[in-house]
Amino acid sequence: MRALITTFAVVMLLAPVTRGQQGFRRTPGAVYDVDFAGKKSGPAPRRDISGIWEFAKGGAEGIQADGVKAMPSDGKPEHELPFTPDGRKAFMNNKPTYGFTQVPSALTNDPMPGCDPQGFPRIVLHNAHHEQILQTATQVVILYQFNKKWRTIWTDGRKLPSNPEVPAWDTKGSPPPEARFWGYSVGRWVDDYTFVADSNGFDDRTWLDNAGRPHSDALHVIETYHRVDADHLEKTITIDDPKYYTRPWVALDKLPYRLQSPSLEIPEQECVPSETAKYNQLFANPAAGAKP
Amino acid sequence: MRKMLVAVASGVVLLSISLTAHHANAVFDLGKRLTLTGTVTEWFWANPHCLLRFDVKSENGEMKHWVAETQAPPNMTPFGWTKQSFAVGDQVTVILEPVKNGQPLGRILQVQLPDGKTLVAGAPAIPAGDARP
Repeated sequence: MRALITTFAVVMLLAPVTRGQQGFRRTPGAVYDVDFAGKKSGPAPRRDISGIWEFAKGGAEGIQADGVKAMPSDGKPEHELPFTPDGRKAFMNNKPTYGFTQVPSALTNDPMPGCDPQGFPRIVLHNAHHEQILQTATQVVILYQFNKKWRTIWTDGRKLPSNPEVPAWDTKGSPPPEARFWGYSVGRWVDDYTFVADSNGFDDRTWLDNAGRPHSDALHVIETYHRVDADHLEKTITIDDPKYYTRPWVALDKLPYRLQSPSLEIPEQECVPSETAKYNQLFANPAAGAKP
Repeated sequence: MRKMLVAVASGVVLLSISLTAHHANAVFDLGKRLTLTGTVTEWFWANPHCLLRFDVKSENGEMKHWVAETQAPPNMTPFGWTKQSFAVGDQVTVILEPVKNGQPLGRILQVQLPDGKTLVAGAPAIPAGDARP
């Protein structure tokens, strides 16, 4: 009996350690909340989300191998997305290398391994890293580490491009917006510490995440940036796609970022087709039993 | 009471395993470990994965060529890995998780360098990411 209790206690102790092993990663030069234990941050500046931002709890917090952080593809009922029939069909047609429906790398139809554009919102819903946010009088510009990509969020009062067939967009007038891998984004301050961006006009060839969650050309993404204090920013991303999902759902839920030194260098990270081809030849294909 | 404790402990063990295993790629023989000592023939510092290629001599003298992957460079540098971590001819001892199909391929967990230092591949949750996890 005593042995059983001892075993139970050891196992209970090991469980959180196991979880912890997946967590903390320090990017060279970056600082994290753990470096400031017990120190209180100053007040949030008004209408300012600019700066270089890294995940407050460690560099690995943006790694979402099995799908979006708030709704991973793990087969749990609570993480089942509200697919429409078309959405479920699109999901089952996707062959990801991670998540509940994963296949070997050589059998995937993920657009990313061949270095096709991952687009937005996958840039922040898969293998996310540092972001640098710039603010001008008419734009919020976000610079992303992966493949050195950037997005413009217009803040000059313009509206999203309209499409009369999709209620989530403006309903009058103009033809459907041009499909873009990175969408079309407009933003506004809803209060002095909360910036909200809406995006549409997406090219439906991209995936939402690394687990093959799909989106249609009716995708509408809502990003909320809340400046909590001088050092912290929280990001929430909501997916609204009436063709593929019966209701909007939250993919990132108040993910905390920490402000970094303005002199921090963002590492280079490129998808290189020739390197990918060599990897497939030497590893991915023989690992899956396919011809090199 | 005894049955209940066993059941609860088993559940926690299963939970712990699933928390580590669910990040793994489908091709790997999860949880299996091999320790191999050999000679480096190439260190390919690249996306979507770095590859360490090395020759291992078996007890019967047969030489086998292994290819072992790590995650992409930006995910390895925080753990001390660099483009210069290995040179051709280095004698290394590699602990890896092999693939399921018996090919001499695997995912590196750690490597002991010629000077005795050890490079650890870091958190298992990190995906290939970069272009492919």
